[in-house]
Amino acid sequence: MTAPPEVTGSAADADPEAALQGMPKKAIQGRSLGQIAWLRLKRDKVAMAGAVVIVLLVLVAIAALLADRVFDVVHPNEFHQDLIDTENGTLAPKGALGGMSGAHPLGIEPVNGRDILARIFAGSWISLLIASLATLVSVAIGTTMGIIAGYFGGWVDTLISRAMDVFLAFPLLVFAMALVGVLPDNVFGLSPEMVRIGLLIFIIGFFNWPYIGRIVRGQTLSLREREFVDAARSLGARGPYILFRELLPNLFAPILVYATLLIPTNILFESALSFLGVGINAPTATWGGMLSDASRFYTMPHFMLWPGLAIFVTVLAFNLFGDGLRDALDPRAR
Amino acid sequence: MSTKTESAAADRRVGDDLLVATDLQKHFPIRRGLLQRQVGAVQAVDGLTFSVRRGETLSLVGESGCGKTTTGRLLTRLIEPTGGKITLDGRDITHLSMGSMRPLRRDIQMIFQDPYSSLNPRHTVGTIVGAPFRLQNVKTEHGVKRAVQDLLELVGLNPEHYNRYPHEFSGGQRQRIGIARTLALRPKLIVADEPVSALDVSIQAQVVNLLEDLQNEFDLTYVMIAHDLSVVRHVSDRVAVMYLGKIMEVADRTALYERPMHPYTVALLSAVPIPDTARRENRERIRLQGDVPSPINPPSGCRFHTRCWKAQEVCKTKEPLLVDLAPGHQAACHFPENKDKVTTSPVG
Repeated sequence: MTAPPEVTGSAADADPEAALQGMPKKAIQGRSLGQIAWLRLKRDKVAMAGAVVIVLLVLVAIAALLADRVFDVVHPNEFHQDLIDTENGTLAPKGALGGMSGAHPLGIEPVNGRDILARIFAGSWISLLIASLATLVSVAIGTTMGIIAGYFGGWVDTLISRAMDVFLAFPLLVFAMALVGVLPDNVFGLSPEMVRIGLLIFIIGFFNWPYIGRIVRGQTLSLREREFVDAARSLGARGPYILFRELLPNLFAPILVYATLLIPTNILFESALSFLGVGINAPTATWGGMLSDASRFYTMPHFMLWPGLAIFVTVLAFNLFGDGLRDALDPRAR
Repeated sequence: MSTKTESAAADRRVGDDLLVATDLQKHFPIRRGLLQRQVGAVQAVDGLTFSVRRGETLSLVGESGCGKTTTGRLLTRLIEPTGGKITLDGRDITHLSMGSMRPLRRDIQMIFQDPYSSLNPRHTVGTIVGAPFRLQNVKTEHGVKRAVQDLLELVGLNPEHYNRYPHEFSGGQRQRIGIARTLALRPKLIVADEPVSALDVSIQAQVVNLLEDLQNEFDLTYVMIAHDLSVVRHVSDRVAVMYLGKIMEVADRTALYERPMHPYTVALLSAVPIPDTARRENRERIRLQGDVPSPINPPSGCRFHTRCWKAQEVCKTKEPLLVDLAPGHQAACHFPENKDKVTTSPVG
């Protein structure tokens, strides 16, 4: 539908001023709100630090996923019982600081002697994968429900809003424990690990959508009263056009911000589930599972330090980035 | 070109009725309680009868809350009328479905009040002004982009601003973008809902003049919703004065401004600021007592009787009808002003 590129070219030739300057006349390109937000975000050092940490974490997670198969490094599930002090009965690692050494920079676990750094790396992809996919599920359901509730109003809104209340009041932890207990290890021919990952994504994602849903509903309520919606309607626009072309682009910013802030919540939730033993099964390394293991060795708190630090840094990075994103996208709301 | 200038002559051809509203009503229900029972209704528009002639500018004036904007939204069928009838070009559009209304939307378009709210902040100017073509599936000779750029030029904007976003423009420029969008489908009737009231006074004149130029060029018919009586006097051919969802008086601009018949119009006009201090001292300023009554429970009889200095017993019981008191001059009042002055020369 757009004009062919020759048109602009010939228009430039026809313009005497442009010809005089001997410069190709470039069409004035406006900065979109997104581009402006990006410029603003780039100046926010804290948010950018958060972004750098997130990028590093993602790289580590991908590397860990590949290292399992491709590289020949310390395996996260490999026992190093030769490094365990079996004589005094505590089964603590030999050497100071939890067995830190060149081969095991963060030390090894008590009893089995598994490498902590390798397990932290191995746990990173599970945490990030579950948290981000669960967020995606929440965003998809929440946005759809929120926009429908906000735009159509009336009994549709009442129905969806009450459903949100029910979901928010749902005893999620108990439900997760029960579901994990009931579900068989092998469904659809998937490995038990994949079933668990899928289950966690479903539970976390499916019960967190009301948070996104409420925000989207509220934004839609205020947006649909704006005159540009009336303008579209007076041009004969149908419902789907208004929802997806007029309203959705305006909802993109709040959705992005709350998705970024939902990821750390989901990481914490996944860790909590793993800590309680209803998350990913042993021996697969997860940060929550490592914390759970370490809690039995409270006399040696440094084993809790590393997975705790990993969760802390990840959550902090996402939160800082999310806050920066919010400031960048909506500077008036500061 | 020559035909355009001919038709652009000051004495625009004012023809037959393009749009007729008959006893138009809009009541917004008030619902309360668990079962959402209707306990009352805001009678925003309650029985309007008027017609808009081809090529003219009819202004709807009145204070806030009198139903001007609701009327505009009824005419463009953004909201469903509770009662009455709207005919556009002889066709009844009162209760047309969304689908049947769609092709007719090319003929009737709207200019919105707030240029900061009427343009989607996430769309480029090209997308905004091009939306009518896409939504109505209109084929353009040289593509949508060319058509949009022509429109931008028409409303006095740089066509190279095609890729810019609304936030990069001033209020006046934004309103021009809105006008370009309105003009895209070459409508016959444009409902302009307070098109300049959100703008700087210095910009208002520019936009008003633009609207007038466009009217001459494209033979547009305007329904102008406004509360600024100076602007109304400048742009209108005829003026309808509204109060609490009813039309109080309809007349040609000069007749209305010089020989207002309804006491409410007299009061409104007396509130217009006069820049000339000498003249200001000579005029009688009418101060209305009290507030506008609630449209949920409007006064009986004449709706203006609670604030009218001429009100008598009959005004409380009998509603005055909108009748011809002079040629082309209708008013709804039992005791109209200036009735005997009709034949005399205009009063300064």
